[in-house]
Amino acid sequence: MSNAQKHWEKSRSLLWITLAIWAVFSMGIFLFGAEMNEVTGPFGYPWTYWFTCQGSLGIFVILIFWFANRQEKIDEEFGFNERGDD
Amino acid sequence: MIKGKFIDNLPKVYGIYTGGFIGFIILMAIGEQMGMTAKAIGVAFVAFTIFIYALIGYLSRTAQADAYYVAGRQVPTVFNGMATAADWMSGASFVAMAGGIYFKGYGYMALLVGWTGGYILVATLLAPYLRKFGCYTVPDFIGTRYGGNLARLCAVIVLTVASFTYVTAQINATGTIAAVALDIDFGYAVYIGLISILLCSMLGGMRAVTWTQVAQYIVLIIAYLLPIFWISNKMGAGFFPHFMLADEVARIGELEQQFGFVKNSAADLATVPKGLAGITKAHSAVNATPWAFISLALAMMMGTASLPHVMMRYFTTPSVKAARKSVGWSLFFIFLLYSSAPMLATLSKLSLIDPTLPTGIIGKSFAEVQSIDWFQNWNQANLMFISDFNGNGTLELNEFFMGGKAVVLATPEIAGLPYVISGLVAAGGMAAAMSTADGLILAIANAISHDVYYKMIDPKAETAKRLLVARVLLVVIGFAGATIAAMEIQGILGSVIWAFDFAMSGLFFPLVLGVWWKRANREGAIAGMVLGLGSAIWYLVWVRTGGSGFLGLTQLTFGIFGAGVSFVAMVVVSLITSAPDAATQKMVDEVRIPSGRTVTGK
Repeated sequence: MSNAQKHWEKSRSLLWITLAIWAVFSMGIFLFGAEMNEVTGPFGYPWTYWFTCQGSLGIFVILIFWFANRQEKIDEEFGFNERGDD
Repeated sequence: MIKGKFIDNLPKVYGIYTGGFIGFIILMAIGEQMGMTAKAIGVAFVAFTIFIYALIGYLSRTAQADAYYVAGRQVPTVFNGMATAADWMSGASFVAMAGGIYFKGYGYMALLVGWTGGYILVATLLAPYLRKFGCYTVPDFIGTRYGGNLARLCAVIVLTVASFTYVTAQINATGTIAAVALDIDFGYAVYIGLISILLCSMLGGMRAVTWTQVAQYIVLIIAYLLPIFWISNKMGAGFFPHFMLADEVARIGELEQQFGFVKNSAADLATVPKGLAGITKAHSAVNATPWAFISLALAMMMGTASLPHVMMRYFTTPSVKAARKSVGWSLFFIFLLYSSAPMLATLSKLSLIDPTLPTGIIGKSFAEVQSIDWFQNWNQANLMFISDFNGNGTLELNEFFMGGKAVVLATPEIAGLPYVISGLVAAGGMAAAMSTADGLILAIANAISHDVYYKMIDPKAETAKRLLVARVLLVVIGFAGATIAAMEIQGILGSVIWAFDFAMSGLFFPLVLGVWWKRANREGAIAGMVLGLGSAIWYLVWVRTGGSGFLGLTQLTFGIFGAGVSFVAMVVVSLITSAPDAATQKMVDEVRIPSGRTVTGK
């Protein structure tokens, strides 16, 4: 398998992991919205309410930065890192 | 000459700008103390900010194609994040979102999740790859990846349908705010809004839009957050509302139980002015079925990843890795506003309905409420209404009606904040609507000038001529949008959601599969775009004309049906026709490698 193929394989598994986390916090947890809302969560808000106002949104922000860092590491590993910085 | 220096000095330039804007707010506050009228403050805020944007637009003028279409591909990540956030957060986010949460509660908050979660799809599936591709517009990617003018033209059509639906709503919003702040007729205000929008983008294209959007983000975020913190502190709800409103949320729940949601008769409701609503849904309880919530969130997420005016912002970063990081920054800046909207809705609702608070009006006598200054003002502006349905002389929860916009626009006044804050909020709403409208009009004009005129009609056209065509189109599209906006066909929020559904129906799978599935070919992409958008429009018309729909998809989520059709059509047609040629396959391989020159060689 060529270098580029291995790189793509690794990038693809990172994609699946990221999308799985995304699916859980954007859709999965809301299957149990009514049950979760009975329980008190962070800062005293009901859990579901907290997820819709802050929780899921904050997790998305962190998830993108985490994904970007992991992808950069993969790019470096296969020598595809870009010169210069941002 | 200015360019190199300007990019290096960005933090300083915008630091000074922010300081100057805060200085202006303080100046206005002093002016108010010295007897400046509310109207003069409103005019000063809107006029001053528009003047600054126009100045930035003028200073960013350019005659180079690269600067005009992609801001020279040198916008640093954090600033591109701010520009994207302004590009993204429209008049709907700024003016209507808190109101939607106020009235609909949980069911509406699917939009918060959807309009943020979509950025994960942007970051992982598309933005870095389209940046590596090196195209000028989104149809440019479709046209080059799949080859042929027909695919390119289909992409231009989907882009135009979606973006144009969206832009009329934004011009409408600028008109609404300009009409209130400048106290002029809506029919004229729409064109004043349009001219302000064009001043920002005409001379400098993407470069000018980028730097005005950063400036607009700063104005809109200050204008949104300052009143929330102020009101929360004034009410004694907590100095950092985001972490401290749990008691207030619980208190609203208690009051809802105490008052109950009394259903008004149809005859009573008919006397309520159009566009106003009462509180009929619980504030924090789960009041939507899981599928209603999830389908709306999913439609908005896929729509986010298909809207060309967002995608093209990531064409402007210096590198592929900067594009990825920039998506993260965009979402962070959006998060600041979106996580605050529910807090504003909570503060606004509690201050109105809690009888133990001095601002609470529920349980007071009608005569008393009618004598309150702010009630009279907003009643006159057609955003508040009370009516004694049961004839007992006291105001009940079901007898109070408000327009969605009032949550953002009127809450500062209800809480007793000085008028300077209301002026600031007007400037913020204007900034939000203008920045989105600029991005959208530019996306349409660039697609038509670059993809239709340059790539299809006259490939030998010189740069000067191309840019002239682009600018003429900008003006023409702007005026067409304003003319339709002046007719006020559909509400602001409704048109915005439709735009997402149209975009995802036609573009999501052709874009994503273009990168992630090598076997996708021209015939498949064309089928995907045509059948996707076509079926979406058919479904919308069907549901609007009394059709029952299926799978619980409504006129807000019909894009899921369109995108499903698009996916099936694209896969089936691609597989029954021949695979793309070796050159195309090699191009896809190259897109997947972040380093090196862009695929188009630019």
